Parts: sequence; C-alpha cells; structure tokens
Amino acid sequence: MSFVLDPLPYAQDALAPHISANTISFHYGKHHAGYVNKLNELTKGTPYENQSLTDVVKNTFGNPATVAIFNNAAQTWNHTFYWRSMKPQGGGGATGQVKDLILQSFDSLDSFSKAFTDAALGQFGSGWTWLVEKDGKVSIVKTSNADNPITQGYNPLITLDVWEHAYYLDFQNRRIDYANLFLTNLVNWDYANQNLVNKAHL
Amino acid sequence: MQIFKNSKFFFGTLKAHTLPALKYGYNDLEPVLSATLLEFHHSKHHQAYINNLNAAQEQLEDALTKNDVQRIANLQGIIKFNLGGHLNHSLFWENLTPIKNGGGQLPDANSALVQEINNNWGSVENFKTFFNTRTAAIQGSGWGFLGVDQQSKKLRYLELPNQEIPQNYGLTPILTIDVWEHAYWWDYKNVRPNFLTNVWKIVNWKDVETRYNQALK
Repeated sequence: MSFVLDPLPYAQDALAPHISANTISFHYGKHHAGYVNKLNELTKGTPYENQSLTDVVKNTFGNPATVAIFNNAAQTWNHTFYWRSMKPQGGGGATGQVKDLILQSFDSLDSFSKAFTDAALGQFGSGWTWLVEKDGKVSIVKTSNADNPITQGYNPLITLDVWEHAYYLDFQNRRIDYANLFLTNLVNWDYANQNLVNKAHL
Repeated sequence: MQIFKNSKFFFGTLKAHTLPALKYGYNDLEPVLSATLLEFHHSKHHQAYINNLNAAQEQLEDALTKNDVQRIANLQGIIKFNLGGHLNHSLFWENLTPIKNGGGQLPDANSALVQEINNNWGSVENFKTFFNTRTAAIQGSGWGFLGVDQQSKKLRYLELPNQEIPQNYGLTPILTIDVWEHAYWWDYKNVRPNFLTNVWKIVNWKDVETRYNQALK
C-alpha cells in the first residue's frame, strides 16, 4: 500500500487571481507530489507503509532514526490540509462555532486576524501558521519546517503554508500581503468548523 | 542603564544599514542565476532585511531611552534575524562573480587555501560534493558555510538554519551559499541540488581566497 497525492479540492486556476494557477501547478505538482513520492520511497518495506498518514506523522515524530520519514509524511499531511484550508470565494470573518471560540480567545475577529498574520510573519524561515483547538479553546500556533501541531496534541482547524515556495511567484517576499489575502479571500471556515467536530485524520 | 544615559558613545551608534551595491549587473550571473531572480533577491529580499533591521534598531534605541526592558528583550529576535540576513547576504554577493570575470576559476593548486581544502577533503571536487550534499540536506531555509575556525584556524564546514550566522559558532565565514527557496526557486524550482551543482560556476574563488588569508592572521 502506498501513499497517494490527494486530489486538489478545486481546479488549479480556481484560487486565481489571489494564488495563480502557475503557483498551484508548481506547489501541488512538484513540491507536494515530491513529498509523496519521497515518502513512498522511504516507507517501502517498513511498517509505516501500511499506516495512515496521520499515524505515520505521530509515530515518526521526535525520533532521529525516522526524521526523514517524518519530514516527508508531515509535509504530505500539511499540504493536503493546506489545500483544504482554502476555497474559491473563501475568506472573510470566521463563521459558526469556530467564530464563537475565536471571540472567546481573542478580543475581536480583527484582533484574531492581526494575531494570525503576526504569527505568519514571526515564523522566521520556513514553516506553517495554524489555528488549532485543544480542550475547547482555540489558539494560533506556528511551526517550523515540516512540524505539525498534532504531535503536540492539538487539533488543527486550518493552516497557512509560509514556506517561500507557497508565495514567491505571486508575492515575492511580501509574506504579509499573502497572509492577509489568505484571510480576506481564501480561508475555508467550513473546513475549520468540520475539523472542530471531526478531527482531521488524513 | 543610568550609566549610559549621558554617554556620547551610546546614542547615535546604531547607524542605519544600506543595501550594498552588487559588483556586477543583474544579468551578469546568467545562465546560472537569471536577472529576474537576482534582482528579486538583491533589491527585494536583501533590502527587506535591511529595512526591517533599521526599523528594529530605531525601536531598540527608543526602548533603551525609556528603559523599557520588556521591549528590549522582545526586539532581540527580530534584530538577530534581520542582522543575520543582512550579513549573510552581503557575504554571498561578494562570493559570486560573473563567469567572464573568473567565476568558477579555482585558485592556484599551490595556494594555501587549495592545499588546506585538499588536506581536509582530498580535493576541491570532493569538497564541492561534500558541501553540496550537506547544504542540500538543510531542512527548510538556511545557508551552507565554509569558514575558518576562530580557535584552531582550520577550515570547517557548517550549515545553519534561517539567518543564523557562523560568527556565533566560532567560525569566520569565507564562502556561503544561500539555500532559502528565494535564492533558487525562480530558476530551479524545487530542485535545490541542481542549483548547488551550477552555483560553483560563479563562485568567486579570488574573494574566498582573500578572505581565507585574512582569517588566518
């Protein structure tokens, strides 16, 4: 059994003009696909090849002997989760129960947005910006490189990829513009609400 | 902090940093690095580190004036990151030169640098392979460095993440290659090893050698 590249939830040009079809083509077709291929290569003939992706991430984290498997499994997981964290005509203020939880942890939706973009900028180097839930409270978590907050017992609700390859073509180095645009035009609050109820298990 | 308040050496010493001009045109490193990539890298990425550093330094001076220790502490990370970015990139530009200006041309086999590379890695080709293997393997963003150990004066390779600087690890850098994605993505997409294979064609070995000899003093 091998790991597969999850189909994109939308056409490659569906997030344009915010994220270009070219970006998606490279990001999905080369970067994400590359992680999947490498994961299959590394797990072939090991017990990991028959585990779910989520289990591989959890089981290989923090172990120097399986760091390469972890990096590729987590990046596979993170990217699949990222595509689903966006939708065409997405964005705007949070909705549903996620909105209520955000307002409990942050003064307002605006101050949540500011905290989220601050976290995106504050991740020096490559990584991810997450809205997560734990024990009925939401918070913003930033991780570096391939790291995923499920290894710290968090339930991820949505994520933003802040590796440069995610925004270089469309924004060059303007990560702040990319992060703002994610919130105003792309974020899929339906997916966040789904994940609140059914923990994402890829 | 009271001691420093009246010191004329204290305020005004955090001078604004400026973007160093490249010693070559944006299209002079082709075909290894395109003009588009180089212009983005120099005039946008490096410039942004400088802008952010200057802004953080202003904040620091203000925080110092007010003795706002929390703010002073909070600024350390931003300063470290952006200062590291400025220093690393400044070295990187000098370590590169157009092929027509000697890019990729090794120093003389009898030079101290080449002798020392041979002592450590067997040959310059072996060294390049070693450097590329280690630097390609950096997770996420970072730099590969060849430097002179400040204690032993021996040549040493060191890879560092993000904008860490080798000076903080006892190493005076003489050569660095940027492997943040912005350093190669436009021309090489996600194939970092191809960038590393090709970048040696524009390495300014004269500069590396000068820095090596300087570091031995």
